[in-house]
Amino acid sequence: MSGNTVISVKDLTKRFGSFTAVDHITFDVKPGEIFGFLGANGAGKTTAMRMLCGLSLPTAGKATVAGLDLYLDAEKIKQKIGYMSQRFSLYEDLTIRENIRFYGGIYGLSNQQIKDKTAEMTSNLKLGKEVDSLVKSLPLGWRQKLSFSVAMVHDPRIVFLDEPTGGVDPITRREFWTLIYEAANKGTTVFVTTHYMDEAEYCSRVSIMVDGRIDAMGSPSELKSKFDAYDMADVFLKLARGAKRSDN
Amino acid sequence: MRQFLFLIKKEFFHVWRDKRTMLILLGMPLMLILIFGFALTNEVKNSRIGVLDKSHDETTRAIIQELEASRYFDLVDNINSEEDLTPAFQSGRIRLAVVFMENFGNELDHGNSAAIQLIGDATDPNVATTLINYASSVIMDYQRRQRAQADLPYSIGTEIRMLYNPQLKGAYNFVPGVMAMVLMLVCAMMTSISIVREREMGTMEVILVSPIVPIRVIMAKLIPYFLLSMINIASILLLSVYVLDVPIKGSLMLLVLECLLFTITVLALGLLISSVAGSQQVAMLASLMGLFLPTVMLSGFMFPVENMPVLLKGLSNVVPSKWFYYIVKNVMIKGLGFENVWKETLILLGMTVFFMTVSVKNFKTRLE
Repeated sequence: MSGNTVISVKDLTKRFGSFTAVDHITFDVKPGEIFGFLGANGAGKTTAMRMLCGLSLPTAGKATVAGLDLYLDAEKIKQKIGYMSQRFSLYEDLTIRENIRFYGGIYGLSNQQIKDKTAEMTSNLKLGKEVDSLVKSLPLGWRQKLSFSVAMVHDPRIVFLDEPTGGVDPITRREFWTLIYEAANKGTTVFVTTHYMDEAEYCSRVSIMVDGRIDAMGSPSELKSKFDAYDMADVFLKLARGAKRSDN
Repeated sequence: MRQFLFLIKKEFFHVWRDKRTMLILLGMPLMLILIFGFALTNEVKNSRIGVLDKSHDETTRAIIQELEASRYFDLVDNINSEEDLTPAFQSGRIRLAVVFMENFGNELDHGNSAAIQLIGDATDPNVATTLINYASSVIMDYQRRQRAQADLPYSIGTEIRMLYNPQLKGAYNFVPGVMAMVLMLVCAMMTSISIVREREMGTMEVILVSPIVPIRVIMAKLIPYFLLSMINIASILLLSVYVLDVPIKGSLMLLVLECLLFTITVLALGLLISSVAGSQQVAMLASLMGLFLPTVMLSGFMFPVENMPVLLKGLSNVVPSKWFYYIVKNVMIKGLGFENVWKETLILLGMTVFFMTVSVKNFKTRLE
């Protein structure tokens, strides 16, 4: 909760009936960090992230996001965070401009701000010509990048990315990470879940979830030396071998 | 408020961009009214009949002429013997046979009883009964006129008046029904599908992470369909007045207000479905089976509720369309005022409040 943590989580837990999806996780995220949230399918990454975004109520535990209490100030938190879901989250039957207008609009941006953002994004993504065509007509890679930019439309302090690069080719993934770095350099905290281990190497710090618990946390180099592994995939395999549950 | 406008605008884009669906939604009332008005009808017209005249005298010829002149019958067959009756029915050439006994005219003239046999094809009992009734009334009519000429001292004449719908037009019955059907499809089905689609696409999540109040997201979804329904109500009323000649006897204001109320009821139903349906297909099936079908079967517009078994009669009471149908029929066709439909209006209002409350509550719990 001090000046140098932007997310602070203590013993956060989520149970669905008798199933404990997230089991007493504790961590802090510093401003401007790219915090990687790793884990196999079903390890509880998405559930943990959904709680931090206010999409799901925790069963127990404490958390502050952007210095605000998750329980008391959920509404205020929303203004300070951006979110990009696993699934593609733009409207395909709207044009790029309309999508930006819409998301800018619901975050309460003024018309001038929306106009500026539209110009900025389209020039960044080199989408100048396509700005008035339907999102449907864009290739997947562009859509994902646009989706990320739209999640950042209101300059949030933290942006949550839930497996943002699923199903995207390696070149686009690289470009996508360039966008993430740009955002982090501007001071935005990036909280990203992924199961691509090469992406884990790009993070400032990663935490690895196994069966709802955080089993390891640290910078990629720390983790590699700790587990005596040659890359992050190796770290992950060594940890995940102990997992009891898998997808479904 | 400004955020809300952005939401509404987006919803209009969705409706507007999906041109095919929009055309279907706007064209449906037109189609239904035309189909029910001109193609599907319970009126029995130009039915094929056959005559077996064993008497061949002036009286029988006069009666046959009367039958032919009526717009209900088409004389297609002169049957020569009793044996020919069966094949005529079997082949479907005739639906009704009129058989005159031998010496019919003679017997009648001498004051004896003269018999006419009417044989109907009761594979469709309603049509058979209707035809028999029509034929009997044509014959009675003829007889009455003959007696009047003969200057008999007394005779009983029945005079029939059909109130509210003197020409017995089917349109009077189905216009309110079509209105209920269209609103069910436009409001309930489309709203529920559009909400579920947003959830399926994952965009709902993104909106819920934003500072916007969830209930506004839902309200914004209802507005375009509410407007579409208004257009549909207007087009149905215009069509029924100017194309089908079904007048609006009661207060137009009251009728429109009742339609508005029902639209909101149906929107609430759509919300309710969307709050429980997991996919667009489920939402569609639920609206069709749970809302559209009862509207067609149990609202009284296809089948009279009075004749239903107790169980179905009871069930029909929870079908909102039944009450709407009753109100519209009474206001539009009979010209009754609010004092005659306030109870039904109250029931509809109660249902609306109930459905709204339940669905909003459901919707909220789902988010958690």
